[in-house]
Amino acid sequence: MTDVKPKAVRRLGDIVFANLTFLAGISILLTLATVAAFLFAQSVPAFTGEPIEAAENGFWAYVFPFIFGTVYASVIALAIATPLAIGIALYISHFANRRFSQILGYAVDLLAAIPSVVYGLWGILVLAPFLTPSYRWLNENLGWVPVFGGQVSATGRTMLTVGIVLAIMVLPIMAALIREVFLQTPRLHEEAALALGATRWEMIKMAVLPFGRPGIISAAMLGLGRALGETMAVAMVLSPAAVISFDMLTSTNSNTIAANIALQFPEAGGNYTNLLIATGLVLFGITMVVNMIARWVISRRAEFSGAN
Amino acid sequence: MATSQLQSTFQGTRDLPRWVSPLMLVGFFLTSFFLQSALASGADSVEINLVPVAVFGLLGYAVTLYVLSRIVEGVRKATDRLVTTLVSTAFALALIPLISLAYTVVTNGVARFDMEFFTFSMRNVVGEGGGALHAIVGTLEITGIATLISVPVGILAAIYLIEYGRGTIARLVTFFVDVMTGVPSIVAGLFAYALFVIFFGPGVRMGLGGAIALSVLMIPVVIRATEEMLKIVPNELREAAYALGVPKWLTVLKVVLPTALAGIATGVMIAIARVIGETAPLLLIAGFTASMNYNPFDERMMTLPVFVYTSYANQGVDMQAYVDRAWAGALTLMIIVMVLNLVARLISKYFSPKG
Amino acid sequence: MSKRIELKSLDVYYSSFLAVQDVNMVIEPKAITAFIGPSGCGKSTLIRTLNRMHEVIPGARVEGQLLMDGEDVYGPDVDPVRVRRQVGMVFQRPNPFPTMSIKDNVLSGYKLNNSKMSKTEAEELTEKALVGANLWNEVKDRLDKPGSGLSGGQQQRLCIARAIAVEPDVILMDEPTSALDPISTAAIEDLAVELKEKFTVVIVTHNMQQASRISDMTAFFNIAGTGMPGKLIEYDKTEKIFSNPGQQQTEDYVSGRFG
Ligand SMILES: Nc1ncnc2c1ncn2[C@@H]1O[C@H](COP(=O)(O)OP(=O)(O)OP(=O)(O)O)[C@@H](O)[C@H]1O
Ligand SMILES: [Mg+2]
Repeated sequence: MTDVKPKAVRRLGDIVFANLTFLAGISILLTLATVAAFLFAQSVPAFTGEPIEAAENGFWAYVFPFIFGTVYASVIALAIATPLAIGIALYISHFANRRFSQILGYAVDLLAAIPSVVYGLWGILVLAPFLTPSYRWLNENLGWVPVFGGQVSATGRTMLTVGIVLAIMVLPIMAALIREVFLQTPRLHEEAALALGATRWEMIKMAVLPFGRPGIISAAMLGLGRALGETMAVAMVLSPAAVISFDMLTSTNSNTIAANIALQFPEAGGNYTNLLIATGLVLFGITMVVNMIARWVISRRAEFSGAN
Repeated sequence: MATSQLQSTFQGTRDLPRWVSPLMLVGFFLTSFFLQSALASGADSVEINLVPVAVFGLLGYAVTLYVLSRIVEGVRKATDRLVTTLVSTAFALALIPLISLAYTVVTNGVARFDMEFFTFSMRNVVGEGGGALHAIVGTLEITGIATLISVPVGILAAIYLIEYGRGTIARLVTFFVDVMTGVPSIVAGLFAYALFVIFFGPGVRMGLGGAIALSVLMIPVVIRATEEMLKIVPNELREAAYALGVPKWLTVLKVVLPTALAGIATGVMIAIARVIGETAPLLLIAGFTASMNYNPFDERMMTLPVFVYTSYANQGVDMQAYVDRAWAGALTLMIIVMVLNLVARLISKYFSPKG
Repeated sequence: MSKRIELKSLDVYYSSFLAVQDVNMVIEPKAITAFIGPSGCGKSTLIRTLNRMHEVIPGARVEGQLLMDGEDVYGPDVDPVRVRRQVGMVFQRPNPFPTMSIKDNVLSGYKLNNSKMSKTEAEELTEKALVGANLWNEVKDRLDKPGSGLSGGQQQRLCIARAIAVEPDVILMDEPTSALDPISTAAIEDLAVELKEKFTVVIVTHNMQQASRISDMTAFFNIAGTGMPGKLIEYDKTEKIFSNPGQQQTEDYVSGRFG
């Protein structure tokens, strides 16, 4: 027998089943391709059809404030969530005792299970009024910091509130991922550090953090991906205006792409629908890029996944 | 690590007594609270602002503890204590919203958590009364259809990746499953719309579209969960079946899947819990309505998350009635999600094969 | 039924790595043949070619000829699944199916293949196989309990019962006792001796005493170094291999001077 393989005998059941699973696997690629294709096809009329009142200066002038708002809200969220997630992960992996830490893990996971519309309701009816006095305080005492300037919103429906809500929403997945990485720190390294007489913090600085850095980066990227696409919480909490503004405490905020779609789509008709789909395509593109980078960073390291 | 540093470990062996730190924590919070309220009563506004109370209380505690520990225990121990404070604070900060959310949803939700809420739709209701039956039915139907689509596709795709897939295509699928977990839910809704426009024309609204959108979000979660479970089925069981002359497809169907079943069921439950609260895609493609619609293939269909949103967003004259209904909807939704998560944990605890 | 197995210049590969080279031997029916040799010399690899389990591993392949009662096992229209029904296998670690009861484990060769059988048939078969595996008395009162509840030795005998229930011609055992205590080991050894009345038995073992106690023929394999292929060094009656081997390497190995 040489390199010509003998035709292997294969059973009908095997052939059918193998092909069925293959089809299911391929359907993932097809779905993503179809998503891109259909969104693209439905975006075209926004450019070729009759001009749209909302976008009289062209598509990019229309979408740019939303891109800005999307990125700005997500960056605020990430700036809040990343240190917190690291702290939570450290607490669960290295500070709390084992039994307790398992319960704490569940508690943090519960945060991930809460629907975003509930976050929205809570954000606008509880968090925003609660934070308003602090915003006033911030504005009075730290108003010279550019982002804290401007006329403070009376309702608390500001960019900072949105950032905080988004931070809470992305916290669980980030903390879970970072915790996994921290737990994988080679015990030997940790014990070596402790054997040298290091305190717990010194051990973490020497062994855990350096080992976990790629995990932290990819967790931040995944959190960013989630925050960029979050819709309802933003749509409900933010008081939007057609501006580009860095002010975090005022009631004129740049809206996000997703929230703008959710607010406009139900009432939209004709070309306007296509315009919104086009902005959705932009969002799809941004999140895909962010996610791919995150996945790439992770895949170079080990097997973690945001899905569980 | 330098020797000098090592020696300092042995120098600063005096420790602070254990009661110092908790006592200080309580002390600083109380002081901060009274200071703030004293200041507030002096000013013209009488609001007591809890945020600065917590911030200054914590700051005072952290700084004093650091200084004290530095004097008594040495620099390294002091830094360690500071970090411990920071890390614990981070954790407590995450628990506050969880507790606040649970508390507000329950206390605000009970007002309308009554029989009427679960037995009536919103048809012809203005102001008080009415219920979310139409939304609950819609959510069950749409999530049910999404599950019927996602579970077979997800499980088969996972079987492909673990049992059959080799080479470039399998690697591509793996990568894009991960990417797919990151598709924003609103994009899934737009996709379902863009797809249905082709068949039904502009402005289409349909429950089935919602199910399609949810499937896009659910399939990658099911795949990942199933993959994890298939991976931990020991290879020895597959070999045992092969060695008995069982073909591969029957081995997968009758040995591998049953062994992984509890885990897969858990994963499916969690996937359902994740999509059942999705609002944005349903808002776009399933739309909203005040009336009952049992038919997912025709016309607008209300769902529970959209009910919560529209109750809040389109408040009528009697505002409180609408807000109460929104909270009651939120409470219902939270209960459903928690029950699903609980069932998932119970399944994995009691039904996984031992040994 | 018991079959004679003939290996003719058999080469076994993992992708491009030649793991076992040029094996020629005849495995006699109604006898126990032991494979011995140092770790990594390809004993497991070779035994897995006998029931075409080798090719389950991606990229793995076999060259040369393997005849079972004159029939080419690797012939172009031979179904590997059918081969495995005729050649049963027992693994190093006991691996009963965790989702099945003891009874279902015994009958798994049928049930997994969707074969229908009557209740009485199933009961007779279960008893026969369990008696054949010397396990009946220990489990007859708990046939519906999960197989994973048994001790390691019992689990291994359950796996043997599972293998003989489908009435194969050949039984392969890859270090079946290496995970077991001495008493369970003795039980399995006794069983192996009984099994050779009906089957061709091939056993891989690291335990020299075991090989000399129970086997009729012994094959010694060796490897020149890591990355080199394993080779059959000597194949003869067990007595001869252990008392008066023809090769220096064999003598060194069986006298415990290396390996
Ligand atoms: N799945 C595999 N892929 C690639 N190479 C393999 C695989 N399994 C085994 N090998 C290689 O084939 C050679 C023979 O391995 P094999 O397991 O057959 O040895 P063995 O004689 O059974 O050893 P042991 O006594 O330790 O069980 C070794 O070099 C091993 O590294
Ligand atoms: Mg071996």
